[in-house]
Amino acid sequence: MKILIVDDFSTMRRIIKNLLRDLGFTNTQEADDGSSALPLLKSSDFDFLITDWNMPGMTGIDLLKAVRADDKLQSLPVLMVTAEAKREQIIEAAQAGVNGYVVKPFTAQALKEKIEKIFERVDA
Amino acid sequence: MTEQAHQDNLVEYAKTLVEQLESGDAKEAMRTISSLHNQRDQVLFQEVGKLTRSLHESIKNFAIDTSNSEMREEMSRMQDASDRLSYVIEKTETAANKTMDMVENTMPVSAHLRETASNLKSEWDRLMRREMTADEFRQLTKKIDGFLCTAVDESTRIDSNLSNIMLAQDYQDLTGQVIKRVIQLVKEVEDNLVNLVTMASTIDQITGLKHDISQTQNKSEEDPIGPEGPIINPEAREDVVSNQDDVDALLSSLGF
Repeated sequence: MKILIVDDFSTMRRIIKNLLRDLGFTNTQEADDGSSALPLLKSSDFDFLITDWNMPGMTGIDLLKAVRADDKLQSLPVLMVTAEAKREQIIEAAQAGVNGYVVKPFTAQALKEKIEKIFERVDA
Repeated sequence: MTEQAHQDNLVEYAKTLVEQLESGDAKEAMRTISSLHNQRDQVLFQEVGKLTRSLHESIKNFAIDTSNSEMREEMSRMQDASDRLSYVIEKTETAANKTMDMVENTMPVSAHLRETASNLKSEWDRLMRREMTADEFRQLTKKIDGFLCTAVDESTRIDSNLSNIMLAQDYQDLTGQVIKRVIQLVKEVEDNLVNLVTMASTIDQITGLKHDISQTQNKSEEDPIGPEGPIINPEAREDVVSNQDDVDALLSSLGF
């Protein structure tokens, strides 16, 4: 299981990386915004994408749309982990095809639940 | 000259002007009108001067207090608010990383303690049930001796890591001071801007200017899905969710 973590704050990437390691996912890579994440996603074989929304350069919602528009990546499971909490934004992300949405600040438990739920669905 | 004094002067000039016009003294009346003009200009010039001075003061006062020798070197390099806020990001990032370093360092230590203790406990239980040979018992006492030594070392290490985590929180004090100063500057600038706006409206009233406000009103309509960052007052807003349960409820209402 190879996971890409995209967030512009290195501390948040580190927190997510640590939580993932506790959940047994040790194969992770990091990117600091959508435009550096997209080439990584295209050139490598990630199984899962965790992205923030608000980032300089390319935002998470644009990254999600780009992933869904790409032939190779369109079925990649995407979890949004973000402080963006407007109803319209959540609806927008859902319509763009996000697989899960976690609002910051989050608990280890919330992240774990969402990740497990996503994989249950992907496996089903 | 105070505003009241200006006002009194204007009234005085106006009265004189009426008197002069009634008595048919056109030449003196013209002179009074020109004095009236000067009086108005003076008020405006003084107001603009005052505002410029206080704006300048508030920007100048924003230099951080360098009387504290500890902070002098670090602070003297920072000349403006954005530098200060970058300093806040830097400090909080360093503290977060330091804390995470300590936590990462502590976790395997406490995991090791737990593991060793739980192994010893199961052997100890066998002893209590009298299932242990004398030879096994000797082994166990050695293990317990070893564990007690490790426990002292490892809990000392945990203690020291915890105290380092505590110390890493000193950023709160330093960044708090910096943020307070930035807030103060923003307030001063805001106050001065409000004064400027008030004065501009006074000028509008005097000169009879009208502005097209339709353009400025449009700006307040923001992109509904544009990034906004953390919501600081979710309870006061209708358009945001306030926790993960709200997100889950919204998503499930959409068929997720």
